[in-house]
Amino acid sequence: MTYFPEEVLEHIFDFLSSHQDRNAVSIVCKSWFRVERWSRQRVFIGNCYAIRPERLIARFPRVRSLTLKGKPHFADFNLVPHDWGGFVQPWIEAMAKSCKGLEELRLKRMVVSDESLELLSRSFPNFKSLVLVTCEGITTTGLASVAANCRDLRELDLQENEVEDSRGHWLSCFPDTCTSLVSLNFACLKGEVNLGALEKLVARCRDLRSLRVNRAVPMEALEKILARAPQLVDLGIGSYNHEPNSLAYKKFRNTILNCKSIKSLSGFLEVSPRCLPAIYPVCLSITSLNLSYSPGIVGSELVKLIHHCHKLQRLWVLDAIGDKGLEVVASTCKELRELRVFPSLFGAENAAVTEKGLVAISVGCPKLHSLLYFCHQMTNAALITVAKNCPHFSRFRLCILDPQKPDANTQQPLDEGFGAIVQSCRGLRRLSLSGLLTDQVFLYIGMYADQLEMLSVAFAGETDKGMLYVLNGCKNLRKLEIRDSPFGDIALLMDVGKYETMRSLWMSSCNVTLAGCKTLAIKMPRLNVEIINEFNDMELVEENLCDNQKVEKMYVYRTLEGPRQDAPDFVTRL
Amino acid sequence: MAKAGLGLEITELRLGFGSNGHNKKRVFSEVVKDGKCSNESEELHNSQPSMNQIVGWPPIRSHRLKNIERKSNPVCSSESAKSYVKISMDGAPFLRKIDLKSHKGYHDLGTTFENLFGCDGGVLIKGSDWSQYTAIYEDKDGDWMLVGDEPWEMFIESCKKLRIMKKAN
Repeated sequence: MTYFPEEVLEHIFDFLSSHQDRNAVSIVCKSWFRVERWSRQRVFIGNCYAIRPERLIARFPRVRSLTLKGKPHFADFNLVPHDWGGFVQPWIEAMAKSCKGLEELRLKRMVVSDESLELLSRSFPNFKSLVLVTCEGITTTGLASVAANCRDLRELDLQENEVEDSRGHWLSCFPDTCTSLVSLNFACLKGEVNLGALEKLVARCRDLRSLRVNRAVPMEALEKILARAPQLVDLGIGSYNHEPNSLAYKKFRNTILNCKSIKSLSGFLEVSPRCLPAIYPVCLSITSLNLSYSPGIVGSELVKLIHHCHKLQRLWVLDAIGDKGLEVVASTCKELRELRVFPSLFGAENAAVTEKGLVAISVGCPKLHSLLYFCHQMTNAALITVAKNCPHFSRFRLCILDPQKPDANTQQPLDEGFGAIVQSCRGLRRLSLSGLLTDQVFLYIGMYADQLEMLSVAFAGETDKGMLYVLNGCKNLRKLEIRDSPFGDIALLMDVGKYETMRSLWMSSCNVTLAGCKTLAIKMPRLNVEIINEFNDMELVEENLCDNQKVEKMYVYRTLEGPRQDAPDFVTRL
Repeated sequence: MAKAGLGLEITELRLGFGSNGHNKKRVFSEVVKDGKCSNESEELHNSQPSMNQIVGWPPIRSHRLKNIERKSNPVCSSESAKSYVKISMDGAPFLRKIDLKSHKGYHDLGTTFENLFGCDGGVLIKGSDWSQYTAIYEDKDGDWMLVGDEPWEMFIESCKKLRIMKKAN
């Protein structure tokens, strides 16, 4: 390539949307690197400790959209102590200083304080989109400053965050001049909102496409809102509680008939099942339905609802749907691509799902490519059938609630079943295992799952060989998280270079010892090997902790920055 | 280490092992029934908490867990004692008995009225002109009250007897 104008290169790079593609072109040669870095607008940082914000800004000075992930995945299940880290504050400070063009911030599992949100709201005049997923530290005070100060806000999307309600009405802080909202999701908030302010806000934001309200928004208020926003495409219902004979219900039933664009429905945080017929007309065209927060919709009412959902592509539901309900899904929802069945831990056990429901789905929904399935039992035969019927899985997460439960029919380990899945689904990128499993399943995974990027293991395997099969075989592995499995130092240390090709490794309640972790840390200086020792945080002195002692929780990740400065007492970086 | 018992431990909040501020750990009680499982667990977890007490299992986000708990059917979480009351309808030859606590609210009760007596469930709506019946109940003091004035939870505690009465012309 002798001469190729940089403007042309930049124009070509504009067509590259995926991060991997842009990363690839940036290492072709120096001039491509230069063009790419000046034109890069969207950056994804899978681990906020892999790199300092200053280094990011130095390389991509014109970044407009930043995605950051903080805590390890198992933090979702209370396995990571509260003050572990993942603060967004240093990122916002750095961007506020040198990168004022920021428009979009997407955070997952990070700590977001009011101070951070206040600084955000004042520092970026073009800020448009804030998406927070399972973050903590947020209060309504922080939300109020975003509402008040972000003049051009298009998107405020709060998904499953713990938000503390301080006094004051954050929603009323959107100024009368705010007309730019396209997406507003506050379903996870617990407190009251000013219903009048909400209605007026919706009325003046003519481009609003997505609205998900919390349980403090009753049917009457929602009816008024829908009357103002018949153009909605995505609706999250708060309280859906009324007598079917009431005037409020009849009004709602009429109003929602005007909302002809709704493609996605969720919420029903409080529900009177006898009012569900009002949404049957909407169900006929929806492609996405999330009932996973509605334990009140069960039995025949749930089935009647599903019967209307012919175009459904995504369904999230509680296991109270039962195998019978899943059979209805299988016969009705032929376009289904994604299914999540969550456990309703307080429901009747006999209403839960088993392997039969999953097999029925695989027969009726061959386009299925993403599954999260909590069940009480599974069999190899069922998994083999599912693997045959649905070869397109990219995400397959199976959680048998009873750890180490064997095949319900044969009492054998479930190695063959999962083996069939990885052998059939060559595009598999994410896999979560459960049930009784020996080293054999890992042999299969190492052999066949060459596209696998993320593997979650719990209570599985017999010897170090299991972990080694995976580390040796899965060339594209990015995240490996293991709990309560008998893998130790031999597996950990066999190929230490592997971890620099991965984002992170988590091992808890396994057999790795302090000595093993220390060895890894010494051999690989560009990894942070962090030990979490909650039980001994008062007395932890490294000399006292014996090298042969097993480490409770270990988190290893590649980084350019060395040890992090904000680690709490109970985290030791070796 | 506190040992979990059987039954409803999953609803309990417990102090965790460490004291790092966030002390609440949800524990999942699971009695290991299968002998094979418990042997394996002993091998794997010599120094670990018993399989009856597994932190972070099943792997569900705490936000989801909290929401399902809050909204769990009140019948499940309250005392299991049932609350059967007699119900009569003017003109019907026999009385019936129904379990108030198995109903979720007034509209649910209306459905039961329809099923038992074939009357319109709207009988429960106070002042509705188009029903020739009205529903009243006898409370703890022996007074006859109009059904529907009180919040449902209070109603099921105070209701001793139900009657579907023909309205006077």
